[in-house]
Amino acid sequence: MDFEEVLLEVRHLHKDYGNGPVLEDVSFQVHKGEVIVIIGPSGCGKSTLLRCINGLEEIVSGGIWLDGEAVGKDKAKWREVRQKVGMVFQNYDLFPHMTVIDNILLGPVKVQKREKKKAEEEAEKLLERVGLLDKKKAYPRQLSGGQKQRVAIVQALIMKPELMLFDEVTAALDPEMVREVLDVMLELAKGGSTMLIVTHEMQFARAVADRIIFLDEGRIAETGLPEAFFDQPKTERACRFLDTFLF
Amino acid sequence: MQDLGIRVLFMGNNFLRLLLGLWITIKISLAAAGLSLVFGTFLGMVMTLENSVVRAVSRVYLEFIRIMPQLVLLFLVYFGLTKAFGVNLSGQASAVLVFTLWGTAEMGDLVRGALVSIPRHQYETGTALGLGPLQIYWYVIIPQAVQRLLPLAINLTTRMIKTTSLVVLIGVVEVMKAAQQIIEANRYTVPDAALWIYGAIFFLYFFVCWPISLLAARLERAQ
Repeated sequence: MDFEEVLLEVRHLHKDYGNGPVLEDVSFQVHKGEVIVIIGPSGCGKSTLLRCINGLEEIVSGGIWLDGEAVGKDKAKWREVRQKVGMVFQNYDLFPHMTVIDNILLGPVKVQKREKKKAEEEAEKLLERVGLLDKKKAYPRQLSGGQKQRVAIVQALIMKPELMLFDEVTAALDPEMVREVLDVMLELAKGGSTMLIVTHEMQFARAVADRIIFLDEGRIAETGLPEAFFDQPKTERACRFLDTFLF
Repeated sequence: MQDLGIRVLFMGNNFLRLLLGLWITIKISLAAAGLSLVFGTFLGMVMTLENSVVRAVSRVYLEFIRIMPQLVLLFLVYFGLTKAFGVNLSGQASAVLVFTLWGTAEMGDLVRGALVSIPRHQYETGTALGLGPLQIYWYVIIPQAVQRLLPLAINLTTRMIKTTSLVVLIGVVEVMKAAQQIIEANRYTVPDAALWIYGAIFFLYFFVCWPISLLAARLERAQ
């Protein structure tokens, strides 16, 4: 597949929390329509990287460009960026005091000031796509973990983001619910969404990714096409990491 | 059997006097509770700030007020202010002031507790959606904090109603003072008036506080 337009560019990104670097000199590009899966051992900085990209963590040095525009430390600018970058977290965090539909509409109505009625119609379409239209009026506590994650995806999608970030969205789910969430993501990928996914589901990574980034101790250790990476990893570290998934 | 003590309740306007006393009690409590709610909310929000000076000051205030018996505070304001600074507050005004000081400390701590009990993810999810800090507070944090806070705040109000009986000691004619006056006046005609009058007050307090407790319990269950 060929991707031409660069949507996100990360250059020489450096991040630390004061006790040693978490991310060191991380540089990569995401093209429009591309699906990149970031994998690596626990604590390698995968989640931190995603959190830097939508400004939940401040970076120490280096830069992030979205649509060719640099995003720095300006808070107003970040709010604008976050509307273009949707994020789904590990701990399916819906707002517990609101119904599913109110959760979904909060962003488009309050942040993007879109007309409530139109946004609601759209929300219904998206809910139908993830098979949860009948849960529209339910509260988060009435949903299973997998259902909550699907709603969280809709909550991010309705903002019409140019880039979607998924931070181990199935890691806290019961095994039988993982599939329903991954299916939704796979479908999004096929539909041409640009996605940056952190996951420990290797089969899924292989199926969904256009490119794999292997992160180890805060650095990009290896990057490549999924087949090449999974079948013939170039680095010793990646070999050992992939071995841990075999029995 | 002619001489039933209970008649003391219905002699003259005795019962009405008790009710008027009760009204003063409720008035002081509600005024103090209302003010405590406003100031306490503010105090609680301030206490969640990361500024260490603000935190230290509010912490000291909180500990002082909570450790000191309300009676000492009451005497300090009512007698102390007058003697030292010539500030002449009425008994009722002193009472409202003291119970507001106390209620603000208690309420502040409840608000702080409710705010910090909201998981950090809630702020992050809101931020990731592009909501501003004020919008996050308004749409996400406050509604959840209020849900947790409501039963606790209501319990504080009942505690306040009960504790206001102390103001009898600075001469406010609330329900306890009215009772004492009635008992004094009937010392010879109805020797066991104390039993009947204080018994009546027992039920008066009960009927004021019980519905409030019920409400709190119901809100707690509703969560």
